[in-house]
Amino acid sequence: MFNQDSLDKHRALDNRMFQLLSEDGKPLEKGWKPSLSNEEIVQAYKDLLFERTADLMAVSYQRQGRMFTYPPNLGQEAIHIATGMVIKEEDWLVPAFRELGAWLAKGVSLREIFLYFKGNEEGSHFTQANRMLPVSVPIASQLVHAAGLGYAMNYNSEKAAVFAFVGDGGTSEGDFHEALNFAAVWNVPVIFVVQNNQFAISVPMSMQTKSVNIAVKGLAYNVPSVLVDGNDLFAMHEVLSFARAQAMEGKGPFLIEARTFRMGAHTTSDDPTRYRTREEEEHWAAKDPLKRLKSFIEANNLFDLSQEDELVAEYKKQIDSSFEAAEQHPEYKLDDVFAYMYSDMPDELKRQKNIYENYLNQSGGAK
Amino acid sequence: MKVMNMVNAINDALDLMLTADPGVVVYGEDVGVEGGVFRVTEGLQLKHGVQRVFDSPLAESGIAGTALGMAVAGMKPVIEMQFDGFVYPAMNQILSHIARFRNRTRGKFSAPLVIRIPYGGGINALEHHSESPEAYFGHTPGLKVVIPSTPYDAKGLLIAAIEDPDPVIYLEPKRIYRAIKQEVPEEKYSIPLGKAKVLNSGEQLTLIAYGAMIREAQKAIAMAKQNGFSVELIDLRSIWPIDRDTVRESVRKTGRVLIVTEAPQSYGPAAELMAVINEEAFLNLEAPPTRLTGFDTVIPLPLGEKHYLITPQRIYHEIDKLIRY
Repeated sequence: MFNQDSLDKHRALDNRMFQLLSEDGKPLEKGWKPSLSNEEIVQAYKDLLFERTADLMAVSYQRQGRMFTYPPNLGQEAIHIATGMVIKEEDWLVPAFRELGAWLAKGVSLREIFLYFKGNEEGSHFTQANRMLPVSVPIASQLVHAAGLGYAMNYNSEKAAVFAFVGDGGTSEGDFHEALNFAAVWNVPVIFVVQNNQFAISVPMSMQTKSVNIAVKGLAYNVPSVLVDGNDLFAMHEVLSFARAQAMEGKGPFLIEARTFRMGAHTTSDDPTRYRTREEEEHWAAKDPLKRLKSFIEANNLFDLSQEDELVAEYKKQIDSSFEAAEQHPEYKLDDVFAYMYSDMPDELKRQKNIYENYLNQSGGAK
Repeated sequence: MKVMNMVNAINDALDLMLTADPGVVVYGEDVGVEGGVFRVTEGLQLKHGVQRVFDSPLAESGIAGTALGMAVAGMKPVIEMQFDGFVYPAMNQILSHIARFRNRTRGKFSAPLVIRIPYGGGINALEHHSESPEAYFGHTPGLKVVIPSTPYDAKGLLIAAIEDPDPVIYLEPKRIYRAIKQEVPEEKYSIPLGKAKVLNSGEQLTLIAYGAMIREAQKAIAMAKQNGFSVELIDLRSIWPIDRDTVRESVRKTGRVLIVTEAPQSYGPAAELMAVINEEAFLNLEAPPTRLTGFDTVIPLPLGEKHYLITPQRIYHEIDKLIRY
């Protein structure tokens, strides 16, 4: 199990990455045994498979013109599933916008996710998800919110952690550095997870930073920081568990650089062939987190993989029905534009809305 | 002449200015290899090299602040904010430094740079990708703010902006990036900043708009014409400075004015124009100067945009009301 000793051994400055399984799903150290039960491993695999299936279907809904711009998660799912396993009901989840499996674990419904990417703010309500912020499109801006949530947890003497996500590009923003510094100075229980998927849209890591890796950036703020194989579910699970335990012991923030690869496009509007090579894609395809976990399961006979097709077929039905539910969401009303701007609608907004409604009455409803 | 859309025209202006002035550099997020998320800078890195057209780290405040440094040292940075909603991290640099550097140093230093920002709604985009932030810039002393509505103007205004000795915010109405094609001269030409353009001459009402609203206004004017109304259309082109002369002459002639902006209402460009009209043509007014603007709400996500975006029908409705006033 990842511990203080492992942290000391995997010094970010030495660029040593914490990893437990090889690309083909074999333990790197002889005699290594997972800290998860067989049931937990199989469940993690099913969750990963579910995220991948839902994500691929989301892209295809977009391609069918049934949804607007969507940011695919393909290749980064182990980070999300491991987070989902570690995060507790009372913990906060502060997303960027590419953590599908973690959102689902927190209780967000697929229907809401689809609704959001179909272009309806109702999809940000996350009715069943306790303590999760909406997605944050302005890059890295959410991280300072996480430090504030962490302060509130300490202030209220709550035993709860904050899991905050950002991508590699976001580490160039000032807010990333401000958040680390605030979190360290205040000694708040925030676990920063940087999904380093190698590209900020088209810009590669080599043009984003001259640091040896992203984890070292945390060290300057005296935040314990470690580079982890983000495509290794076991490694991610161990480090996240350790980080949370540390936070609960009052040891403050933690930074995880989860090294991964965005196997899909930045969003459905993006064309990665413009900026990366097939060789690079193939290099990372070999590290696919789903494939790796599947190899482990196969080698250890944890699950009858012949059931997989049936399972995926079942998932697809479930996902389709969530999408249909999003499609059947009541029409976006004029009231929905105005209703949530203020606690009580100011007279000026009522006036603007009335003028427009009068126009609609005169035009017979035509915009 | 060559047929261009606005993307081609802006690209052409950047290309010509990179060629004409060795001090010009173009940078921002994804503007290099990718050629910009809207392909506005496509091919420029290949042609002019990575020293002059390049991807920056992902940090808008850094992009704006470094541009000031370059400008003070005599260069001409033309930077891109990837989307309207992403300019806000750079506001501190723009408002506190870029806009003020000449004044603060009593003219010793200045910040002649251009900030390009695709802006506005109507493209079914994600959150923070459909904003109309022009009022923030128009309200900031020290900036000039330009918005083209055609490929021809886009090229001429961008060249003028790059040649201008002061900082210019150049807002690109992304909804009409590829919607309008027209013949554009291949050579370098500039259109003076601060000069509006009368697109349609008319007698009964002055309609003032800019950016993507011009196309909607033209559709409304076509409807008005069918109904026997004569409407003059002014493309403001510069939000600051406002061309008082063109506005005054038109409103003195027509006595009626309608201003259309996609931006929210309060403290927006329409409010400023109404003040200008009161100052310049009060005694000529036959009806209250009227504005048709976005609501004072966040612009909704795509499924709600239909409630927010201004249609030709709504513009026509106001024209009709004002002329019959």
